[in-house]
Amino acid sequence: MTELAPSSNASSGLRRFFWLLAPLLVLAIAIAWIAAADPLRSFNNGAPPVEAITFERTVLNDGGIRVQIRAGGSEDMTVAQLQVDEAYWSFSMAPAGPLARGSTAWIDIPYPWVLGEAHRVKLVTNTGATFEHEIAVAVPTPVATQGQLLQQAIVGAIVGILPVAIGLMFYPAMRNMGTSGMGFVLALTVGLLAFLLVDMTFEALELAAESAPLFQGPAMVILAALATFLILMGISRRGGRPEGLALAFYIAFGIGLHNFGEGLAIGAAFAAGSAGLGTFLVLGFAIHNVTEGIGIAAPIVRQKPPLWAFVALTLVAGAPAVLGMWIGSLAYGTQWSALALGVGAGAILQVIVEVTAFFLRGSGRQGQSWLSPPVLSGFLTGVAFMYVTAALIKV
Amino acid sequence: MHFHGIHSWRMDGVPGSGLINPGEEFVYEFDAKPFGCHLYHCHAFPLKRHMHKGMYGAFVIDPDPDLHPEYADVARSRLLGTPENARWQELVMVMNAFDTNFDNENEFYAVNTIANAYSQKPIRIEKSRPVRIYLVNATEFDPINSFHLHANFFNYFDTGTTLTPTLRTVDLIMQCQAQRGILEFSYTDHEAGMYMFHAHQSEFTELGWMGMFDIVEA
Repeated sequence: MTELAPSSNASSGLRRFFWLLAPLLVLAIAIAWIAAADPLRSFNNGAPPVEAITFERTVLNDGGIRVQIRAGGSEDMTVAQLQVDEAYWSFSMAPAGPLARGSTAWIDIPYPWVLGEAHRVKLVTNTGATFEHEIAVAVPTPVATQGQLLQQAIVGAIVGILPVAIGLMFYPAMRNMGTSGMGFVLALTVGLLAFLLVDMTFEALELAAESAPLFQGPAMVILAALATFLILMGISRRGGRPEGLALAFYIAFGIGLHNFGEGLAIGAAFAAGSAGLGTFLVLGFAIHNVTEGIGIAAPIVRQKPPLWAFVALTLVAGAPAVLGMWIGSLAYGTQWSALALGVGAGAILQVIVEVTAFFLRGSGRQGQSWLSPPVLSGFLTGVAFMYVTAALIKV
Repeated sequence: MHFHGIHSWRMDGVPGSGLINPGEEFVYEFDAKPFGCHLYHCHAFPLKRHMHKGMYGAFVIDPDPDLHPEYADVARSRLLGTPENARWQELVMVMNAFDTNFDNENEFYAVNTIANAYSQKPIRIEKSRPVRIYLVNATEFDPINSFHLHANFFNYFDTGTTLTPTLRTVDLIMQCQAQRGILEFSYTDHEAGMYMFHAHQSEFTELGWMGMFDIVEA
């Protein structure tokens, strides 16, 4: 018996391998049969194939208009003609020829676009279907030159780093607060995070709706948010519940992702010319984001962190706005922005849970409840402040 | 610049012959013929956009009375500088429209560019002297435009290339883009007062293509 054991182990391993293989084998046979015998032939009523094109990137420069398209047809599709402003125009496509489902191509149009005007690009496929893309306000697409990057970095610093730093400067004042004051500030933090969560989720879903259907934008956003939330929860709970400086860094990280999203939006607006990046708008972002610094400081008021921690917190929360500006201005496909915002929403959700848990632990000790006036007013003040200041930045 | 007239292909102002890039220079040379009421416009591409943004104008070639002995009086009445011509009150009107939001539909209609200009500041006409309008249609997007005169009728010379009217006693004519002609009428027997003129597409009228003649005793 003892001699048989290894061979019986081996045969049971083989059997398990067979049962793993069997369903895959059946699937392969089914695919081969469906492809060869074409049992769906009777459904073919001669209608043309379904065609879909998504315009992912638009670049305007001295040479004319460049657009990147992504095909999403049921079969390969061919761009036959191209109109600009309802007139046929010459164009070249790279790679040339039919576009397979999911693949992308760049189209170069030597069209003398005019600064500040609207232009419409319409593709006509060889089946006669048309796909239109509007350039609402034509402006040259920013190129990554040193001067341009520096300018964008300054704007990013104003909307991201500056307000967080100003918010953190409330720290000394917050240290002298009593129990109800702490409750107010923590609830204010949760309120502003709740606003960011709602705002980011809708923003992400809006962008997702513009991206190619094969990315399944809304599902991608929600799943990315959930996955981020779970991963961050897993990490943060490894060493017990996060408190103090660790919690502050989690908040800074979540807010950093949000500011990355804001940077993306400003950069994209910059590239699309849809928002004249006025001083008013930039100041609006700065005011809107001041509470973020207060939120980050909230968990550390009972500690005495070193100065470098404040610098690091400011950079973690604020610097991503600069990065977002750079990436956003290069006009990448909206699905990537949607994904980034979805990840950010997940991170915000994690800090909402952690800050709430932190508060509840403290309130248990100090006999405060969620519905006590300072806490409720803190939450509502946070939401209201974010909502009102957001009016400055929505165009 | 593309002139509607009789000339060589080299003077046609289209891509390949007389299209001028920024900073370049080109002299268009042609005989002034045929006489009439004409149009010139930019013929660079994108053509439609250049048209609806206003790259056009009217030019008038007066007839030579010596070449038309049978209608010498009519020819002289058109020829700028003659005493016969001095009697006439001559106006140039270019019917045009503007697409200000680039949706390929016009937001403003006018004669001579400014919507409602002549309704807010009527054109003074002395009732004792005849009126001649050189009318050109440069409207983009809409297939036709029209001119309707209130409380009066006129004679019409299509393209202005004849000295006898091509239409007599009408109160409305229509023109497609680049079509033009000469209108002649008089308010001599009318009461002095305000007389309207406008496109008889009501839409155009209400979007700015409307004006008034202030007919005065003189």
